[in-house]
Amino acid sequence: MSKHTLSVLVENKPGVLARIAALFSRRGFNIDSLAVGETEHAEVSRMTVVVDVEDLPLEQVTKQLNKLVEVLKVVELEAGSAVQRQVMLIKVRADAATRSQVLEMVQMFRAKVVDVATESLTIEATGTSEKLTALLEVLEPFGVRELVQSGMVAVGRGPRSITDRALRSA
Amino acid sequence: MSDTTPAPPTTLAPAPTAPSPARMAQQARSKAPVEVTGAQSLVMSLEALDVDTVFGIPGGAILPAYDPLLDSVKVRHILVRHEQGAGHAAEGYAAATGRVGVCMATSGPGATNLVTPIADAYMDSVPIVAITGQVSSAAIGTDAFQEADIRGITMPITKHNYLVTDAADIPRVIAEAFHIASTGRPGPVLVDISKDALQARTTFSWPPKIALPGYHPVTRPHGKQIREAARLIAAAERPVLYVGGGVIRARASEELARFVELTGIPVVTTLMARGALPDGHELHLGMPGMHGSVAAVTGLQKSDLIIALGARFDDRVTGQLSTFAPEAKVIHADIDPAEISKNRKADVPIVGDCKAVIADLADAVDADHEAGIRGDYTAWRERVAGWKRDFPVGYTPPGDGALSPQLVIERLGAIAGPEAVYVAGVGQHQMWAAQFVQYERPNAWLNSGGLGTMGYSVPAAMGAQVGEPDRTVWAIDGDGCFQMTNQELATCVINNIPIKVAIINNSSLGMVRQWQTLFYNERYSNTDLHTSVGSRVPDFVKLADAYGCAGFRCERPEDLDDTIRAAMAVTDRPVVVDFVVHRDAMVWPMVPAGVSNDAIQVARDTAPQWDREESEAIEQSTDADHDGQ
Repeated sequence: MSKHTLSVLVENKPGVLARIAALFSRRGFNIDSLAVGETEHAEVSRMTVVVDVEDLPLEQVTKQLNKLVEVLKVVELEAGSAVQRQVMLIKVRADAATRSQVLEMVQMFRAKVVDVATESLTIEATGTSEKLTALLEVLEPFGVRELVQSGMVAVGRGPRSITDRALRSA
Repeated sequence: MSDTTPAPPTTLAPAPTAPSPARMAQQARSKAPVEVTGAQSLVMSLEALDVDTVFGIPGGAILPAYDPLLDSVKVRHILVRHEQGAGHAAEGYAAATGRVGVCMATSGPGATNLVTPIADAYMDSVPIVAITGQVSSAAIGTDAFQEADIRGITMPITKHNYLVTDAADIPRVIAEAFHIASTGRPGPVLVDISKDALQARTTFSWPPKIALPGYHPVTRPHGKQIREAARLIAAAERPVLYVGGGVIRARASEELARFVELTGIPVVTTLMARGALPDGHELHLGMPGMHGSVAAVTGLQKSDLIIALGARFDDRVTGQLSTFAPEAKVIHADIDPAEISKNRKADVPIVGDCKAVIADLADAVDADHEAGIRGDYTAWRERVAGWKRDFPVGYTPPGDGALSPQLVIERLGAIAGPEAVYVAGVGQHQMWAAQFVQYERPNAWLNSGGLGTMGYSVPAAMGAQVGEPDRTVWAIDGDGCFQMTNQELATCVINNIPIKVAIINNSSLGMVRQWQTLFYNERYSNTDLHTSVGSRVPDFVKLADAYGCAGFRCERPEDLDDTIRAAMAVTDRPVVVDFVVHRDAMVWPMVPAGVSNDAIQVARDTAPQWDREESEAIEQSTDADHDGQ
């Protein structure tokens, strides 16, 4: 199995998210992460879906996605030629004795403290999933009280836009 | 699923001067927008699309639509007795005529009763549009009376579906639904319309602007792929055309016949493609798959090139996938790219409509022939002809003079002839109907292939008869299947739809019983239906009589032809014939589920007795005696 990142451009209509999510589950694929939002064209939404599958089933799921009437375009973004980002919010135990150590980690990972309390710090971190996993590992010994992660978003490098091309062919 | 929730009469009752929907639709063609209700807009949209028949049942949420329907002179609404019947009737209408079938139901249970036929249409690529009423938009999500999220429920079993809550959207959505259902790979589309949208005032104009930016089915095949396919065809020694239901849906039988004449390549037609090439054609090897002919199954298995046309390598055709046709290269043509390489990897994928694909392939092969490039399949043709001659599909008549189900179906096909339409249920009788009726034209054979829906036959035959009023339509049904949907006989009688039903009555859920015989030590758990052995519950002849149908019973081979002819002579009402057959008849040949197609058996524990050369090639045990059938 290997991770694949799919960018799925869809018509911005009610029910589309349910349709896409249902297709993955019906065809037996687990979604690792999913993020949805409007694009620069209000009538188009973009979903970034990370799935853990072999190449052949991936081809099948891509074809099945393309068959959905509301799907405009499906593009696989390769890690090497795309920027991938995820947001994580971590509430970590930090008292007077450990706070400076935690802050040091936050600095090393270029993360941000977004909330402070006497017993805890809440940290916002952005990056690839590898970076966020690494940060989480170093924070774990202090005691992670709460963890929230967004789905991954990704965009291809370079000047080309997949949205423009999708709309033109539509 | 009618309920009598009072509807606001003020919005329903048409003003005395209101023009008929037909007249309004005509006005609409002149493009002048007219002011109407959403319900009128729906009926006018159907009229503008030349819909002549809708099968359905009214109820609370869909009630507004039924009012203008009463005035429509173009759209005939046929009131069925169960929504499942409406759905299968729409399927039968569509499969027999090639046009979009339409069914209509109310919200909640009316809509959920359509789920089975919708799933059936999805599996067999049947173009139908299902229109359902939904509770008023303000009540959606409140668990209102007769509310069900039918759009959510049918998402995985429709090609596309809609929930309409704004009356202004109705013409566009209906036009899109018909377009999606009938183009590309055909399939079911559901349109759920809230009651308030049906009641609201709106304007109707035609044609609406269709907006489907993400829907572009590819119909023209790629020239490069066609040339590559032609190259493989010329290089092959043992090619087989594996013809599926896509050839029927694409109406590509003429193109197929030309291609077969041109190339001399042997053909198999799947359960969904019976009649795509006449059964009488000498290169036709029969049906492949679990109950396919030895020639068709072995032909595919030993081939070095499979040319799959509108077929999907279903598990019932391939048997154990890893051992299916191990030496074959695969050219796979389908209008649905997702079918290609889904189960078996294609060496040459061709995305396109079968009609265009086969025509282009024929042109490419023709050009090769002109250039002196031509495959030589003479030895292969002789080999498959030998299998066809040595192992015809047959059966052993019972010794006790009881009626053979296979004989009943064989005689029925011979007497009703190739111009009739045959509609089967699911089970043994379905397989026998696929094996023992000679199909000489496309759309003469209707059945539930993918979903395997017991109860398909009677309502689908009804729909086929409505679509093809001049043809004889025979429902070939089982005693189990028949009892699932026979309420539609009432619909047939009242609406003058004179279908004929042949109940192949073995008093059992026959196919399940066959598996119990073969794989469960003859422990017949819950397969005895008591419809002829020991008791007749129900008595099908009396049941036919109660419905106002003509009823016949036939129990002896010597009465068979006379009974069939008597049934053929009744044309003013539906006919039900109870053919009481012996219950231990089994469907052969058979490839047991999950094993290689090399393990085909022509009778119980009996492999085909190959000649020595073949058996060396096949390395198959031939210990058991072949009974010659």
